Amino acid sequence: MEAAAVFEIRSSDDVVRVRQEVRARAVAAGFGLVDQTKIVTAASELARNTLDHGGGGAVRVESVSQGGRRGVRLTFEDQGPGIPDVEQALKDGFTTGRGLGLGLGGSKRLSNEFAIDSAPGRGTRVTIARWNSR
Amino acid sequence: MAQNGSGSVAQAVAAHQDEIFSEWLALQMESGALRSGRIKEAELRTQCRAFLEVLREGLAEGGTDADAPVFGRAKEMLTEVSRSRGMQGFTPTETAAFVFSLKRPMFNALNRAIEAAASEGGGAVRAASAATARYTWDVTLLLDQLGLHTMEVFLKTREEVIARQGREISELSTPVVKLWDGVLALPLIGTLDSERTQVVMENLLQTIVDQSAEIAIIDITGVPTVDTLTAQHLLKTVAAARLMGADCIVSGIRPQIAQTMVHLGVELDVTSKATLADAFRVALTRIGRAVVKAPRVEAPAAGRR
Repeated sequence: MEAAAVFEIRSSDDVVRVRQEVRARAVAAGFGLVDQTKIVTAASELARNTLDHGGGGAVRVESVSQGGRRGVRLTFEDQGPGIPDVEQALKDGFTTGRGLGLGLGGSKRLSNEFAIDSAPGRGTRVTIARWNSR
Repeated sequence: MAQNGSGSVAQAVAAHQDEIFSEWLALQMESGALRSGRIKEAELRTQCRAFLEVLREGLAEGGTDADAPVFGRAKEMLTEVSRSRGMQGFTPTETAAFVFSLKRPMFNALNRAIEAAASEGGGAVRAASAATARYTWDVTLLLDQLGLHTMEVFLKTREEVIARQGREISELSTPVVKLWDGVLALPLIGTLDSERTQVVMENLLQTIVDQSAEIAIIDITGVPTVDTLTAQHLLKTVAAARLMGADCIVSGIRPQIAQTMVHLGVELDVTSKATLADAFRVALTRIGRAVVKAPRVEAPAAGRR
């Protein structure tokens, strides 16, 4: 498996494909079942955000290692309308659509590293990473 | 050969139709179209002869543009050939070969026309050579367009097959089963997207009415990822079932899913159990039944005493 790969997110089928790819990476990095499920679920949330709120985009999936630990890093990017108030968007229950409003905050809690860069009109970039806890 | 290009193509094809036919057929047999056994030689022969006939007619009426109405019948025939090959599981190459293998016989026919002209000598040779480039271009363009048409139909046929399978899967994978009088189970398998949720919900609600069920157990053992959207779909299904007067129990929540859902912050406001068996026990208790161990019944002794 290559170190990094980029996948387009244009339809809900792509969200499923991203999940499968992330799961394969997590398995390759030796993740346990719980860690696998967490990163896959976070990827699913963010991929759907990219699709629904960002109007489609792409995700960069990387297998990373640091000091003997292995992990998976995901970078979601879209050229959508951006998020005016990032802090508010991270609060549970905040939604602009009809979802539960837990996706962004939830995926932060499911990851070891979380960074978000967004401003109105500039699109959104979310980077998460999860390390093998075993 | 001094007329327009299509005229010369038409002449060459009309004059050498039999040679073109036998060469074309030989090429296709060589390429292994028959080896797979998916098409009989007689069938291929009929297809080739009929197609060559409509192609000749089209050319005779003065067209080399495959989009022109004179090639309507040729295209219809290709659509049929391509569709049947797509259904029979031919590879794209094998399907496209039907049209593209016609190129060589067509060019050979041109060579023969030039050779014939050369034997006459003089101006006829020059005219034939001048026509060669145009003839080549016309034939290439026509056959390429027809080939593309074949591939388009082929892909469309395949897409139809895939779409049909998708529908079949979404129906197959959402059965509602009756466990006991008034107790239904809905084993979910795969990804729970909006479309499937709709199918699931319709099936479940209809079965609740048909069976006058009091309790529905939704088993998510086969759902690999439960994210907020899946949870929301589940909650909607539960809410709809409640409106119909049936209680829901969600079962099959694996440890890793439970941990992830807690981190996500999703609360399933519904009774949930780890396994379908546990959920069934709860359901039986609610409808006032219990599973008890039956006293062992001695098998009647065989034979005489």
